[in-house]
Amino acid sequence: MLLADARALCPELTAVPGDPAGDLASLEKLALWAQRWGPWSALDPPDGLLIDVTGVAHLYGGEEALLGDVARAFTQRGLTARAALAPTAGAAWALAHFGSHPARPGAILAPGDDPLRMLGDLPVAALRLDDDVLTVLRRLGIKRLGELAGVSGAGDDPAAEAAARDSLRRRFRNHRSPAANPLLRLDQLLGRVPEPLLPVIAQMMPMVQRRLMEPLRHRDLLDRVVEDLAADMVRTLEARGEGARRLELALWRVDGEVLQRRIELAAATREASHITRLFAARLDDVEAGFGIEAVQLRASWSEPLEVAQADLDAAAEHHGTALAACIDRLTVRLGAKAVTRPVLRASHIPERAQGWQLPMEPLPPAQGALAFHARPLKLLDRAEPIAVLYASPDGVPQRFRWRGSVREVVRVEGPERIAPEWWRERSTTRLRDYYRVEDEAGRRYWIYRQGIAGDGRGGMPDWFLQGLCA
Amino acid sequence: MSSKPSPARVLPAHLAEPRWRPGLPAQPFHSEIFAPAGEASGAGLALALARDALNSSSDAGAAQDIRQLLWVQDRKAMQLGGRPCLAGLPPEWRHRVIHVAAATPEDALFALEEGLKCRDLACVIGEIAGNPRALSFTASRRLSLMAERHGVRLWLVRLDAQPDLSSARMRWQARAAPSLPPRWNAAAPGTARWHAELFRARAHAPGEWILSDDTETLRLRTQPNACESDTDFAVAPDPVRLARPTVGRSLAARARA
Repeated sequence: MLLADARALCPELTAVPGDPAGDLASLEKLALWAQRWGPWSALDPPDGLLIDVTGVAHLYGGEEALLGDVARAFTQRGLTARAALAPTAGAAWALAHFGSHPARPGAILAPGDDPLRMLGDLPVAALRLDDDVLTVLRRLGIKRLGELAGVSGAGDDPAAEAAARDSLRRRFRNHRSPAANPLLRLDQLLGRVPEPLLPVIAQMMPMVQRRLMEPLRHRDLLDRVVEDLAADMVRTLEARGEGARRLELALWRVDGEVLQRRIELAAATREASHITRLFAARLDDVEAGFGIEAVQLRASWSEPLEVAQADLDAAAEHHGTALAACIDRLTVRLGAKAVTRPVLRASHIPERAQGWQLPMEPLPPAQGALAFHARPLKLLDRAEPIAVLYASPDGVPQRFRWRGSVREVVRVEGPERIAPEWWRERSTTRLRDYYRVEDEAGRRYWIYRQGIAGDGRGGMPDWFLQGLCA
Repeated sequence: MSSKPSPARVLPAHLAEPRWRPGLPAQPFHSEIFAPAGEASGAGLALALARDALNSSSDAGAAQDIRQLLWVQDRKAMQLGGRPCLAGLPPEWRHRVIHVAAATPEDALFALEEGLKCRDLACVIGEIAGNPRALSFTASRRLSLMAERHGVRLWLVRLDAQPDLSSARMRWQARAAPSLPPRWNAAAPGTARWHAELFRARAHAPGEWILSDDTETLRLRTQPNACESDTDFAVAPDPVRLARPTVGRSLAARARA
């Protein structure tokens, strides 16, 4: 039902927009919190958690008590939960979702029980299958888990069972994913094949902070605190064998305001003086107000970095800085877009054939340039229109006017025709004929004519100057 | 303060050559090239001089060099002369260019200075348009000292600028010269040539040259007014190496010239 229809039926309906990403994030947090009951837990999106409680139940005084504790903890947080405990993850999932006793808080499948007898009445949807597979099973007439299990063993006639199981396997032989293969799911439920799960592991962000006895109001004191924090952060990172790629500095003012400063580094670094220096450039506009009472430094993005020989300060003085440090300094002052590296892109159009990326990133794979393509040394950001005198509309230019002066074309090579990229542009885009020209003083240019006369995409073609050759 | 002398002073004391020529072993660390903004001759000459200096100064040659080149432009220089085009750069520089787009000449000078401090750079090329107030004698002196202290070479291209006070060790005035006729198509533009005038240098007498950048080396012709039939230059190498000439063809081309 559409929301508009529902509102027509019930005007006082409240609508809340869905937030799948937020739901997943909160489920992740919940999974970490749920590790209070077991050593590791895994996500089961969109709304499930799997916790390994092997050998844990006696700490809570039995399995019933454990499930009772789970129900109590979730109720205290205002969450509705259905918990189940079973020897395999699949069986626990089936019990939790399709358990036959919804009134009971938790269902337990003891290791001694026969899972097929206990779960045989559940629908086949309890096998965590895709919708289209469920449709296939319904058309095959298999509605209950027991009916599917009837073809997979523990029956009266082993030969007939084996034949049925074989036919089922052949029916789903192209379905490799467990969610599309009921036989595989059933074996997982019965514990005949292993089911690997991806556990959630908490990753602590390196963080150091200083609470100050007296609020700071002066810049030199703040610099000192940042220096101390950088040293602390370097020690923290060194203990973890990592280097920071992104650092966030938070300053708490007395009046409750929080000022944030963030720097990103071109390569993982663990050098206190470098960090201090980068932040010093960003602290000029800090308004201290009545004072700053707490300073916190977090490395929200860190990468593994091996321990290396310490770069002594005098050595840096003599031997200069490393490339990554140089790029960091440039980026902090000029902005991230200012320091770039030209890279080739897959395109024929000259302005699209070149892109810009961050300088320390790996070069993307590119096709080798064609040797007979002569390109200018420099490309103008935007091709500039020129007025051209030519002998014939499709011929070579003889004279052109650019930036207010007339240039006589002495030598010319061309045209090199570059057709528009029809998969990217409108059908009315005109082709380009590029000429390399040289004027009487030896200045070399790269000019093009947009379109040809009579191509049905506009009037007389325009001329542009796009590049300057060395 | 430091007992270590700067690389500029460590260099062996060669006999000072009165005339400049390409391939000299002791090349200065800070040069300026004045060029018109409507052509790329300044940048082209800077790249050619940079390769010449790296070839002649390093032992292993520039072929094994994998260090990066920092190319700094201020906004006005980008508007007037455009940005470097990857496919048009000399092949050995193609994957080694880091471009810095500075908004103001002050930022460009900062980027140049930081680049000169960096030991991992092969050289620094700057392009600054006009005569900004920030590029004073003091600023150029800072650049000279920094370049000589850390041994990173700087070529500063000044687009449409008046040659004002500067502490650059070599100062060139460059403009485009008619190119060499290519081997196969005489009507097409050929290998680039520049008319370069050295008007201030510490170790050399001033002079004028026609310089051309072959695919490998910087070459010069001493007399700018000589006619085109100089045997060294009549047969220009193909700029893009479409085909290697056989011996017979090459001789025929020479004979025709």
